[in-house]
Amino acid sequence: MPINVLMPALSPTMEKGNLAKWLKKEGDRVKSGDVLAEIETDKATMEVEAVDEGTLAKILIAEGTADVAVNTPIAVIAADGEVASSDTAPKPVPTPAAPLISAAPSLSAEPALVAKPIGSAATVSAATSTEGQRIFSSPLARRVARDKGIDLSKIAGSGPHGRIILRDVEAASASVGVKLDAPAPAPSVKPTAPAGLSDDMVLKLFEPGSFEIVPHDGMRRTIARRLTESVQTVPHFFLTVDCEIGALMKLREEMNAAAPVKDGKPTYKISVNDFVIKALALALQRVPEANASWTDGGMLKHKHSDVGMAVAMPGGLITPIIRKAETKTLSVIAGEAKDYAARARNRKLKPDEYQGGTTAVSNLGMYGIKHFTAIINPPHATILAVGAGAERAVVKNGQIVVVNQMTVTLSCDHRVVDGALGAELLTAFRDLIEKPMGMLV
Amino acid sequence: MAESYDVIVIGAGPGGYVAAIRAAQLGLRTAVVESKHLGGICLNWGCIPTKALLRSAEVYHNMSHASAYGLTAGSIGFDIAAVVKRSRGVASQLSTGVGFLLKKNKVDVIWGRGTLKGGGKLAVVAAENPPKGALGAGEYQAKHIIVATGARPRVLPGLEPDKKLVWTYFEAMVPETMPKSLLVVGSGAIGIEFASFYRTMGAEVTVVEVLPQVLPVEDHEIAAHALKRFEKQGIKVLTETKVTKLDKSANSVTATLQLKDGKTEQMTVDRVISAVGVVGNIEDLGLEALGVKIERGIISTDGLGRTNVAGVYAIGDVAGPPMLAHKAEHEGVICVEAIAGKHVHPMNKAKIPGCTYCNPQVASVGLTEKKAKEAGYDVKVGRFPFIANGKAIALGEPEGLVKTIFDKKTGQLLGAHMIGAEVTELIQGFVIAMNLETTEEDLIHSVFPHPTLSEMMHESVMDADGRAIHI
Repeated sequence: MPINVLMPALSPTMEKGNLAKWLKKEGDRVKSGDVLAEIETDKATMEVEAVDEGTLAKILIAEGTADVAVNTPIAVIAADGEVASSDTAPKPVPTPAAPLISAAPSLSAEPALVAKPIGSAATVSAATSTEGQRIFSSPLARRVARDKGIDLSKIAGSGPHGRIILRDVEAASASVGVKLDAPAPAPSVKPTAPAGLSDDMVLKLFEPGSFEIVPHDGMRRTIARRLTESVQTVPHFFLTVDCEIGALMKLREEMNAAAPVKDGKPTYKISVNDFVIKALALALQRVPEANASWTDGGMLKHKHSDVGMAVAMPGGLITPIIRKAETKTLSVIAGEAKDYAARARNRKLKPDEYQGGTTAVSNLGMYGIKHFTAIINPPHATILAVGAGAERAVVKNGQIVVVNQMTVTLSCDHRVVDGALGAELLTAFRDLIEKPMGMLV
Repeated sequence: MAESYDVIVIGAGPGGYVAAIRAAQLGLRTAVVESKHLGGICLNWGCIPTKALLRSAEVYHNMSHASAYGLTAGSIGFDIAAVVKRSRGVASQLSTGVGFLLKKNKVDVIWGRGTLKGGGKLAVVAAENPPKGALGAGEYQAKHIIVATGARPRVLPGLEPDKKLVWTYFEAMVPETMPKSLLVVGSGAIGIEFASFYRTMGAEVTVVEVLPQVLPVEDHEIAAHALKRFEKQGIKVLTETKVTKLDKSANSVTATLQLKDGKTEQMTVDRVISAVGVVGNIEDLGLEALGVKIERGIISTDGLGRTNVAGVYAIGDVAGPPMLAHKAEHEGVICVEAIAGKHVHPMNKAKIPGCTYCNPQVASVGLTEKKAKEAGYDVKVGRFPFIANGKAIALGEPEGLVKTIFDKKTGQLLGAHMIGAEVTELIQGFVIAMNLETTEEDLIHSVFPHPTLSEMMHESVMDADGRAIHI
């Protein structure tokens, strides 16, 4: 039977997109995995891959067509020996909120949810029948999904003809510990990174029995993929500066001491990290050129400073975002940060709390780390790696004096932030940290 | 210039010839190398000819019990030569059939023994009795070479078969006379099937098993049921017992056994069958020279049959347990489809059924109750006995059990275990259920035809839910 290739959904909310380009023409042989076409929305461009083998019999939507509704047939693939005509294509099937394809890989900052789009339309067509909404899935997959509160319409099936089976539900469930509001990575996702050592090559280097193999969960796979992607696609450079924090420590002490007490507890407790978040947010406002994101189509210049804070959790990390941090007081930031950290560790964050952002802070000071570099989490253009504050001997005016210092390293996406711009941002940051009263006005 | 192929399969057993046919179907130029018989051990010296022998035994048994069905039969007897002849005829008919299938699919048959020479080269030396139309010795070339050379009986020190008094399955399949007494070493499928055959045909049979359970891979409850039935038939079963020595006389063997309690005992029998498992045929293939990774006699492969050496694959017994024909076939298909660029998933070895054709038959798939609990499942178990099934009683086969094991939380069918008449034909229902990921609920909602033995499968599933009707 000829297979209809449908307009894929790039995100759960996408309703239509533009058919940017056909990479195959009618009559071309296609095999599974071949890129058929490019689809774009206002946010991203994505490739549509063939899932089945055959001949691209008919292109139904011409290149350059804008606003094609999700699930509209865009082409027909015929198996060998089949003839497909356009009338074999069924009418578009409206499928509310059935994105089998996850969001744009290069534009979303959620650490656990981005999958390289794999579903092509054949998967979609198999999962929804012409009469309506039937999603092919195994009884066991349905029951486990129900128990875990996972919406089957948001999972791509890896069974025959795109049928959702247990392993798909388990993969979706492992990808985040919370109920999914966003599409889950399917197990058939192929890493975009060039392969390093193969598993076999690695295994051969160790004595059998001298190790155990722990399967990856979705978060681990996502971290691996996204950070590899970042290092390979984002040209990083690093700027390091020492900041004196004597004044900041004193101010922090005074502010915390001044916290009103309610029910025997102070109503806020501001950490050094909260100052760092606030300072970086204000620095980005002072150097707005650095508050940007790269897209091929143009630079996204952000109005607000949305600062991510890396939170370590068992088995991985996540970066919840303090939105509009430049507008928030230190006590508000402290409260949000505390709440995020607690919920992140319990995997209770909602996707909209960790997606997006314009920069991030990664702080290993509490481990005594003096200096390190961090990997940028796109679409951020920068990330600040914060080391431990400590008393250090410094030469000032020919005298050795003891100052309280903290070393920070800014990683910059060179496509967005050039060296001088990065230095400007970092200088603005240091000024705020060293004269912290500037953050209170 | 060497003859050049896309795929050459070494070994035309059930794994090899199926892989070759599938490769040809996918448009790959394919040849299969074989030196003894098309169809391998399975068709010629294993699965098939033993089923023929066991069928003779079953008919003989039924004739002997004709009066139980209201029938009379006089002067019941058998001619062992004729029984063996029938079995050989069945094997040869099927082996010829494999030759026909290969030809139909345009798979070349190369008659001889192949050695891998690296770079896709295969040197073949001639073997005896080439079939008509087969290619002969020479050098051949292939992009992909699949090793499917199967296995042979394992030999334990002190238990070396001499083919006269101490048999392997080869000799046990073609007895010239019926031994009066027989010692079977090993209570796996092969050992138990021969024990069953020879006992039914009248021999005094003793089975020795080193492990605490007969049919060691089966569920403990099924094995206990089997043991009771074997003993009732007069088979002597010694578990946790070792054969430490065999002393051969002119036409008998005295075996020294070390029993469970540590005592030794001697026993004199006409013949001994060594059925202590099989080992892969991995020698003389040139694998070591190529650096193909072999661990404990098994060629290491990924789930798609690929070895660590590009272009060299292994399937079936040489690629590790379970050493079953249907596992080899499936592995062969997956391997070839992956070569052809199809999207395949590695086989889930937890869902391979196993069948033993003793009397009573035993069939199972998935986890045993013990294994399921060890794996951390909270299980619910259903049981249904043959005695409560109409068809079983009508057949005169009121003994047996269908046992099903479910994950209490998800309703996933984790395992199914059966003993009794025709269960080897029934198990596939549960295999499909398991592969399609049905839950107990879907099985309960399925209609099972009446009157059939399969109704017991339905009842067993319902029993797991505490709602069996007929018990």
